[in-house]
Amino acid sequence: MLRLRGITKSYGGRRVLDDVGFDVAPRRLTGFVGGNGAGKTTTMRIALGVLGADAGEVSLDGSPITDGDRRRFGYMPEERGLYPKMKVGEQIAYLARLHGYSKMDAEAGATALLEQLGLGERLHDKVETLSLGNQQRAQIAAALVHDPEVLILDEPFSGLDPLAVDVVAGVLQERAAQGVSVLFSSHQLDVVERLCDDLVIIAAGTIRAAGAADELRAAHAGNRYELHTSGETGWLRDEPGVSVVDVAADWAVFDVDGDQTAQRVLRQAVDTSQVRSFTPRHPSLAEIFKEVIQ
Amino acid sequence: MSTPTTPTLAQSVWLVAEREIASKLRSKVFVISTLVLFAFALAGVIWGGFAAANPSKTPVAVTSQTASVVSGMSNLDVTTADSADDAIALVKSKKADAAIVPDSSSPVQVKIVARDSYPQELVAQLSVTPTVQLLDSSPEDALLRYFVAIGFGVVFLMSASMFGSTIAQSVVEEKQTRVVEILISAIPVRALMAGKVVGNTILAMAQIVVLVAIAIVGLSVTGQTAVLSGLGGPMVWFAVFFLFGFVLLAALFAGAAAMVSRQEDIGSTTMPLTMLILAPYILVILFNGNPVVMTVMSYIPFSAPVAMPLRLYLGTAQWWEPLVSLVILIVTCVAAVLVGSKIYRNSLLRMGARVKLGEALRA
Repeated sequence: MLRLRGITKSYGGRRVLDDVGFDVAPRRLTGFVGGNGAGKTTTMRIALGVLGADAGEVSLDGSPITDGDRRRFGYMPEERGLYPKMKVGEQIAYLARLHGYSKMDAEAGATALLEQLGLGERLHDKVETLSLGNQQRAQIAAALVHDPEVLILDEPFSGLDPLAVDVVAGVLQERAAQGVSVLFSSHQLDVVERLCDDLVIIAAGTIRAAGAADELRAAHAGNRYELHTSGETGWLRDEPGVSVVDVAADWAVFDVDGDQTAQRVLRQAVDTSQVRSFTPRHPSLAEIFKEVIQ
Repeated sequence: MSTPTTPTLAQSVWLVAEREIASKLRSKVFVISTLVLFAFALAGVIWGGFAAANPSKTPVAVTSQTASVVSGMSNLDVTTADSADDAIALVKSKKADAAIVPDSSSPVQVKIVARDSYPQELVAQLSVTPTVQLLDSSPEDALLRYFVAIGFGVVFLMSASMFGSTIAQSVVEEKQTRVVEILISAIPVRALMAGKVVGNTILAMAQIVVLVAIAIVGLSVTGQTAVLSGLGGPMVWFAVFFLFGFVLLAALFAGAAAMVSRQEDIGSTTMPLTMLILAPYILVILFNGNPVVMTVMSYIPFSAPVAMPLRLYLGTAQWWEPLVSLVILIVTCVAAVLVGSKIYRNSLLRMGARVKLGEALRA
């Protein structure tokens, strides 16, 4: 478990992180969401130890993080970086060796990983000759090649086509299943929503929400319901305690003032028509995001 | 894959150094320019050897009466003509540079006939010269001293600026491509910088050692043992001084380059260092005959690698002087490594605008 507590950081008097704290649990994908300049990259750099915090603590499995721990981290920086003139295979093997693998193990591991990411044919090509999407895959290989226990990925999906998103998502899920703690930031809320077990939302340097994605959704569910019937739904407008958000002939979305109102509406719908569905509407991540950052 | 073992600092440094060396050796520009440099050094030594072994002979025409005048002068190519007129004809037809013919009106009974320029050397050879004593003399001739000065100066300038800028580019490349963030999440910052300095120092030293070897082997093969015996020691000293002088510059180059984020901006922070490399070269060419300037330069760490070997060659340095100068150089070198790595560490992750020197040193 990677744990951040009370992280504070200022640049020249401007506070960019204020009391930031959250957990990244093993076997789970944690999505890190926030607007531009909210403090995602700074937080990730501090979690990784390439940047020092003014205050606060980063701990791994209960003890403060050491240089030795950091070697068990895999990192993908926000702005992609590999040596443009080095061959892909060589480069990934070099990074594995920096992490302490023998030459042979590093080369074998790099080759296997790049093949899994669909770059098997490009091992001997220079990085600068790869397309942006393929450079991105190489970048992910760079973060994974030393079998890290904690993965910190800054925007791993930006610039990938949908197929590549699936390949990378698959690799991340596989790593998480093996027990790795994965933290990644993304602007693509739909991808985060689809993949993440846990969510952390940051705005203006403070954490606005953190926890399991399901719980967050439930907590922000409010009292919105969706009704689908065989008859018409216009009568909802006249029900006390109900305010209709959207309505069509046999379908409506509405807010209620309490659970009892919801039950009453359901009973009435059952009495007057055949109910096809009656569901509490969970807000999408984008809706939650907009709500909590205000 | 077996479990990785945390590499020691030395292993990390060596991995980085190895990559620096490999990527340099793969650069065609570097390999070709190095080979050209070696070829020039070899050609220079061999040409010098032939010039010394076969000094060109001046063709002169004499008559039977004047032949005795030039007897025993090995640097003349003597043709004996039938008459004075024939001898002069040989000069006119450019078969001889000068004719030595009898002339009863001359105080020495012969006159020299030449085409269009005064035959200085020949006149000097045929003249009786008084003994000359110089009160303030250096045993070496000024021309040779000049060439030795240029030699040390050029080699230092070329190697230091070539590998200094290589380090600077390599630092900025990592910063510009952000690969540095991945690197320093794997190894300590000091290992990264030390690896760069070590790798480039190895390449620079290899170049210097090969050049010294070419000079020593070339000089002995072409039989220029006199030059070799005077220059051998200073060349070895040059290599030793170069080693520490280069590490000093390399550390400063790494620090200076880390302050900027784009290749285009390297010049703005490495300019003062480029001046430090250029200065000894220019000063040694202008002042190689001035013992005071040379003595001062031989103790200043940045110019000592050029000035001290030159003074040793000229024999104007006491035996202990290079040792004192070397100690000063090493102390400065250690200080430069500390300052350079501090700037490097503080500037490495600061992207965008150039980092101010004060901030880089303070943080």
